[in-house]
Amino acid sequence: MLKITNLHAGIEGNEILKGINLEIKAGEVHAIMGPNGSGKSTLSSVIAGNETYEVYKGEILLNNESLLDYSPDVRAHKGIFMSFQYPVEIPGVTTTNFIKTAINAKRKFLGLEDLPAKDMLKLIKEKAELLEMDRKFLSRSLNQGFSGGEKKRNEIFQMAMLEPKLAILDETDSGLDIDALKIVANGVNKLKTKDNAVLVITHYQRLLDYIVPDYVHVLHDGKIIKSGGKELAFELEEKGYDWLK
Amino acid sequence: MKANNIASYFLELENKGILDLESNIHKIRTKALADFEQLGFPSKKEEEWKYTSLKKILNQEYELFSDKEKTVELKEVKKHFIHEIDSYKIVFIDGVFSSFLSDTSHQGMDICLMSSALKKTKYKIIIDHYFNTITNKDNSLSLLNTAFARQGAFIHIPKNTLVEKPIQIIHFSTKTKKPYFLQPRNLIIIDENSQVKIIEKHQSLADDNFTLTNSVTEIFANKRAVVDYYKIQDDTENTSLLDHTFIQQKEASTVNMNTYSFGGKLTRNNLEFYQNGERIESNLNGITILNNKQFVDNHTLVMHNQPNCESNELYKGIYADSATGVFNGKVIVDKIAQKTNAFQQNNNVLLGEKATINSKPQLEIFADDVKCSHGCTIGQLDDMALFYMQQRGIPKKEAQGLLLYAFGNDVVEKIKIPELKSRITNLIAKKLNVKLGF
Repeated sequence: MLKITNLHAGIEGNEILKGINLEIKAGEVHAIMGPNGSGKSTLSSVIAGNETYEVYKGEILLNNESLLDYSPDVRAHKGIFMSFQYPVEIPGVTTTNFIKTAINAKRKFLGLEDLPAKDMLKLIKEKAELLEMDRKFLSRSLNQGFSGGEKKRNEIFQMAMLEPKLAILDETDSGLDIDALKIVANGVNKLKTKDNAVLVITHYQRLLDYIVPDYVHVLHDGKIIKSGGKELAFELEEKGYDWLK
Repeated sequence: MKANNIASYFLELENKGILDLESNIHKIRTKALADFEQLGFPSKKEEEWKYTSLKKILNQEYELFSDKEKTVELKEVKKHFIHEIDSYKIVFIDGVFSSFLSDTSHQGMDICLMSSALKKTKYKIIIDHYFNTITNKDNSLSLLNTAFARQGAFIHIPKNTLVEKPIQIIHFSTKTKKPYFLQPRNLIIIDENSQVKIIEKHQSLADDNFTLTNSVTEIFANKRAVVDYYKIQDDTENTSLLDHTFIQQKEASTVNMNTYSFGGKLTRNNLEFYQNGERIESNLNGITILNNKQFVDNHTLVMHNQPNCESNELYKGIYADSATGVFNGKVIVDKIAQKTNAFQQNNNVLLGEKATINSKPQLEIFADDVKCSHGCTIGQLDDMALFYMQQRGIPKKEAQGLLLYAFGNDVVEKIKIPELKSRITNLIAKKLNVKLGF
């Protein structure tokens, strides 16, 4: 589904990704681990289309279509979702209104009319129940005053509403205690199907106990230096990153 | 229009009987005229006008008065009223009262016209007691207005009265060969323990009208009175508005003054609050959203004259293209005004390289047991927030609009009339070119 070939990218002339090759098929869960500064967040930002970064070389294909010329919102419509490490607070816009705007933007892109209010409410109710989320959150300003865990749950709720093909979880576990982590992982697992895929970007192995990867890749200094199964994550936990160098 | 021609206009109107020589206030008028002639129109050489030039708008000929009652079709003007609610209405067309469009009252309160109040003997005591007592005598535009003061809104709410229906004061102007120079004069007196909501608006009925309005309003909020005042400044693109509103508050009163500036070519707002009592609350809120070459100057003054009072000021501005904003917030805390809480915040977003904001907080604090703060921010939209919204599928332009709407939202939240809140929200969305799906 996602095919990254020889990707070189960076910011302000500094190359951070130095030739990434990665293939993710539908139904798979991949994890990318690596020390700080290895380029993990850059990779997720570049796939999502953050215009602060520049692609110097290489290709990103989603279902055989190049994403490189598409703005972030178009990539979202094509099926990319990124759960942010630090979700943004937007006081004055409720989560409900925000997600309504997002859903209708996608429908407009696909040539459809706005989703009628009744159907929108039904969809919201359904997804909130699936994720065992208290709907009270939805009428508060987006992420404002939310704890770390609440913000991440809100990200997963939005993911449930938007039904992406590829969900990138960018350091979703950062700042979460074990209970919050379990809730978030639970949500992600409920949304997994054989037709979508998940890319988990993480520093710690802990999250991977709950979102079990099919493949683990180690990113170091802008390159994937090793790939393996889920056991690789345990090895890294034990031996640290220096072992691979 | 030149300052030294004003006297001849005045004489002409006296001769025509339009400015009533017998009226209670004629002496006040003639003195104001003489004082105005000494000062002339404000120029950029004065500190208070340093960013605001009136040269261009004064470099035109204006019609000073209309004495004929004009008629307009209700359907033409209905959209300018908040028509979803039942309200009192005091409506003027080119400075002349329109009885057809208005809905005044004398039932236990006076919601009516300045011209009646200035002529009828039953109002003489009130007029003598209040009229022109709190205007700033160094302010030449207020003096000019006083010289020609003749028509506007007169509102007197007796004590212990909760006025359920809001009062809409609307000044329409029509298209004529020479544009109008209107000088509405409002006097609003709210007695002890009473409450009122007032919405004020200036609206030209033609897009290419060059109406100039020099408005003066005196508001007296007596003990424990509550006044919610909303100024909607969304006039057509060639109009100019010079507004001076003076507010005197007595013990334990609350005045909430809200200014929404989206239209017009040049707008200058002067708000002056005088806290003459303890436990007074003065809240000043404003949103300014401008584009093209629009100009809005918000000058405010809060005089904390007594202890234990509070003032809260929150002004937000969004400036696109070559628009210019000026914010000057003065707070003066007298040495006896201990336990004053005075908070001022001015936040601005500049959407382009040619947009400008000149922001100047001025706190003069002479008491030592006070809590005072001021904050000013000038910035651009947060790139991370924009990317977050785009990643959710919201295109860049809509994302910007939504962020800007969110930026101004805490000021809009303070509107206490639901129909007005939704109207202002729609105005903001329209001005920001964003379709709010909610």
